[in-house]
Amino acid sequence: MLLTLENISWRTPEGVCILQDLNLTVPDNKLVVITGPNGGGKTTLAKTIAGIYHQDSGRILLNGKDISDVDITERAKAGVSFAFQQPVRFKGITVRKLIELAAGESLPLSKICDYMSKVGLCAEEYIDREVNATLSGGEIKRIEIATVLARHSVLTVFDEPEAGIDLWSFTSLIKTFEEMRKNLNGSIVIISHQERILRIADEIAVVANGRITAQGKPEDMMQLLAENNAMSGKCYKQEEMF
Amino acid sequence: MNEITKDLLREISEWDGSFKGAYNIRENGQCAGRVSSKNIKIESKKDQPGLEIWIAPNTKDETVSIPACVTQGGVDDLVYNDFFVGENADVTIVAGCGIHTETGEPARHNGIHRFFLGKNSRVKYLEKHIGKGHGTGLRYIDPVTEAELEENAVLEMDTAQIGGVDRTTRVTSAKLGEGAKLYIRERILTEKEQTAKTEFHVEMNGKDSGVDLISRSVARDDSHQSYHSVIVGNAPCTGHSECDAIISENGKVDAAPELHARDNDAALIHEAAIGKIAGEQILKLRTLGLTEEEAEATIIDGFLS
Repeated sequence: MLLTLENISWRTPEGVCILQDLNLTVPDNKLVVITGPNGGGKTTLAKTIAGIYHQDSGRILLNGKDISDVDITERAKAGVSFAFQQPVRFKGITVRKLIELAAGESLPLSKICDYMSKVGLCAEEYIDREVNATLSGGEIKRIEIATVLARHSVLTVFDEPEAGIDLWSFTSLIKTFEEMRKNLNGSIVIISHQERILRIADEIAVVANGRITAQGKPEDMMQLLAENNAMSGKCYKQEEMF
Repeated sequence: MNEITKDLLREISEWDGSFKGAYNIRENGQCAGRVSSKNIKIESKKDQPGLEIWIAPNTKDETVSIPACVTQGGVDDLVYNDFFVGENADVTIVAGCGIHTETGEPARHNGIHRFFLGKNSRVKYLEKHIGKGHGTGLRYIDPVTEAELEENAVLEMDTAQIGGVDRTTRVTSAKLGEGAKLYIRERILTEKEQTAKTEFHVEMNGKDSGVDLISRSVARDDSHQSYHSVIVGNAPCTGHSECDAIISENGKVDAAPELHARDNDAALIHEAAIGKIAGEQILKLRTLGLTEEEAEATIIDGFLS
């Protein structure tokens, strides 16, 4: 098992319980999509895996090694990547620089081109641009994904990659994930509400009320989600967000 | 030319043992080397210390370098340099300053530069300031820049003061004629107990003139910076100024932008932001494997690049 979370609990500084005795496993070379209702703890779970939040109790194992108390930097070096839901902007740092920081080395244009083309961007157009407010939501989201691709991590966590992007970028994003799915080299965890992302998963886990309430194969889980949605009146179709 | 001057020249200009194009090297108030070119004449002023630099009309793709170095304490160097740029010329002017002291005596360079840009001329002006040495004497650099741009002239100023200068007062003023454009990029880093004061005064007097002024600064430790810009639109024109500052430790920054529209078709904008490095920026870089210190340094390097 690549990643194991055992009895993870986390409270906000105000004492609100967000994760409660949560258990999750992510197998080697698998794509696991975590879904569930808003406020259920998905983003907190993703940030806990990346080390941005530190659990109050419980253990996190990466390849059997206890990384519970390993900080963000060391966790990144151990092979965990994290793509932010709201990518961070930097005045003065170029796309090239950010991708090279992610790769940990200077890169030839051809290599940067490889990463950028995987997210549907032309490297020559973008490498000298600053990662600042002049980039659109869709552009910066793709660049965020390119940075994590450049890391070649054993575990990559995407926090709601579909959030804040337009329909055209969304369609392209789905293709990017479908491509990644075909050429998995390490495991991927995606926090998502989107049916098309759920459908390419090896496993789907549902987080609600700070716990994993169900985890299994997409064919079984989609049925379960459809039943739950019918009961709650919610819909997981992608069109919902537009 | 002493060894300290050579080291300073490497940092503030493109000197690699020699210069490309016309140049004048100023060392502790004296001329340490001068070469004019066919199109760029450098002459000493007759009534005060300094130079007259005459750039012939239609001069293209040439560079003139006029670095100034102060290599010891106790020197108070004052110089007046005038640049006369002929019509249709397109040149680069490199005018850095380095101050080095190993004693307790202060060292100062005060360069007063005046630019007269003829019609349709274009100048790229590069100015890098640094302070070096282990002496406790304060290092002062107080540049004054005045520019007059005739019809459709363009002046791009790229100035940087990245550490080591204890006190600086930078005063820049410009008057723009019809269609003239002024672009200013300023970067300042202060540390320890250094202070930096920067003043801009730009008057747009000609139709369709424009200014774009971007100042980025980082104030660390107990240093203090103040920024004051005045942009006056006396004609149909566009003006934009942006002052971004990062503060860390006990660093302090004051920003006071002023916009004055004196014509109904003057369009003026100012943006200002002062704050510490955003926590999300550090988190993002840490998720790429950088330590907190490495992340901060990377963010500041990028911000001032």
